[in-house]
Amino acid sequence: MIRIDSVTKRYPDGTVAVDRLSLEIPDRSITVLVGPSGCGKTTTLRMINRMVEPSEGRILLDGVDIMQQPVNTLRRSMGYVIQNAGLFQHRTIVDNIATVPRMLGWGKDVARSRARELMERVGLDASLAKRYPYQLSGGQQQRVGVARALAADPPVLLMDEPFSAVDPVVRKGLQDELLRIQEELGKTIVFVTHDIDEAVKLGTMVAVMRTGGRLAQFAPPAELLSNPADDFVEDFLGADRGIRRLSFFPSAGLELLTTPIVAVDATAEQIAARGSADVPYLLVTDLDGRPLGWSEPRDLTAGQIEPERLLPYGRPFVAERDSLRAALDGAVLSPTGWAVAVDGEGRAAGVVSQQTIGEAIRGAHAAAPVDAKAGR
Amino acid sequence: MNVLNFINAFFSDNAHWQGYDGIPTRVLEHIQYTLMALGIAAAVGLPIGLLTGHTGRGGNTLALIATAARALPSFGLMVLMFVLLGLGLAPVMIPLVVLAIPPVLVTTYEAMRSVDPAPVDAARGMGMAEAEVLFRVELPVALPLILSGLRSAAIQIVSTATIAAYVSFGGLGRYIVDGLYQRDYEKVVGGATLVAVLALATLGVFWAVGRLTVSRGVRRSG
Repeated sequence: MIRIDSVTKRYPDGTVAVDRLSLEIPDRSITVLVGPSGCGKTTTLRMINRMVEPSEGRILLDGVDIMQQPVNTLRRSMGYVIQNAGLFQHRTIVDNIATVPRMLGWGKDVARSRARELMERVGLDASLAKRYPYQLSGGQQQRVGVARALAADPPVLLMDEPFSAVDPVVRKGLQDELLRIQEELGKTIVFVTHDIDEAVKLGTMVAVMRTGGRLAQFAPPAELLSNPADDFVEDFLGADRGIRRLSFFPSAGLELLTTPIVAVDATAEQIAARGSADVPYLLVTDLDGRPLGWSEPRDLTAGQIEPERLLPYGRPFVAERDSLRAALDGAVLSPTGWAVAVDGEGRAAGVVSQQTIGEAIRGAHAAAPVDAKAGR
Repeated sequence: MNVLNFINAFFSDNAHWQGYDGIPTRVLEHIQYTLMALGIAAAVGLPIGLLTGHTGRGGNTLALIATAARALPSFGLMVLMFVLLGLGLAPVMIPLVVLAIPPVLVTTYEAMRSVDPAPVDAARGMGMAEAEVLFRVELPVALPLILSGLRSAAIQIVSTATIAAYVSFGGLGRYIVDGLYQRDYEKVVGGATLVAVLALATLGVFWAVGRLTVSRGVRRSG
């Protein structure tokens, strides 16, 4: 565990970057430091590997003051990933990744085969091994940066705004990849970002920092969204925190209706039987059970259902896996006000109304004002 | 009065290819002076440039010294040194070295300063010692610019080393000085041509060194 114990960083000109900060960073989880620019989040991260020396206070790694060991030994035990990857442009991709193992005295061949292993782990094609950094896209370079930090299998990974220089689509891919890698490796990750959405998505714990280097709140993301400590945190979270908080409630408890679903080859009796006063619409599926669209029962003629004339069904959510946020989103996007739930293969598993989702949200809030993280 | 005729006559005269005043001897002398001056300038300029560039300190002082050194006239300095030190290689070497240090020093400093700070930060963060950061991260990237500084120093030395002949040393300046004294313009033109050829050869040598020592990753992205 990394323990930051009342640490202050004051520069010679009197600027205070970090002010009496105390944090306990739990093992084998992602702790995100988030805040506006000038809040001292990067300085805090850089104090953990002594790129910046604290003016006051101590940082303990597994109970031992980090000042106790030689600085380069400390740094070699921590992976370090920075914003623009910072690759060595004169070295090939495989040699970039092999840097720390080589510094630790591994043989060239061992270090390179380890590097190739990591390329696969971070989703880089093996054909890129002999390329140079300038031949890679920004997203690929950042993957190399992550692989390089993981090369010597350090227990701790420090990441300083690693994904902020790439476009949103690539960023999402990198975030998902990081969560997947973390699931496999279980590193202690300290992650700095100015993007609250990234913090909520990645963090097991999130430390919100305010200008002047002070801690505003340290909490799991669900608690942050439900109970912001003060106006600053609430402002920083943005206007739709209530909606975003729904990401942490599973949709598993939703009662799904299967009655108002008919296949495209339905008979007149089936159409008549499945329509009811409670559900004014029917969901039509193809012969494999995949949703095609909504229709009022009276507009459906057996044997003559034209899929292109059906109402769109919005974005379906995956039953059991997705959160209440996805279910609500599906209901809001659907012109009928009903969300479509699908199974893992995309086949319709049932439908659910906005009203039912609303009741589930009220129930979830009542049962668990602060809930553990569920499907995001 | 055709320059090409002079050149032709100078190089086709068999007597110019033999003996202590022959072309091979003079070229070799010239190369020796050049290598010696460049070696001393590099021995002084490279370490200072690398270190100041790496730490980022002393850049203003360097620029000041370099400007001052550039303002010194090589010929005047040599005559002064000759008067002060008497006959010897030192009065020849001092102006050549003074001429060569500014381009080596300033370009090396600038080359190190222009290295992208991100990989340097990454290297430190992963626990590289400062010397490793300098030689394994910064130097390979700064190398093309550093070589260009050495190259322009070398070319200036090649063309200026002709002044050695004024204080009775050899080199290609011999032909120019003697030729002027003897009103033998064939010799003057021949000597000047040799200096030009040697300068071009220097360019070629540096091009080859660059191909051999600069990483493909740096060359293509630069």
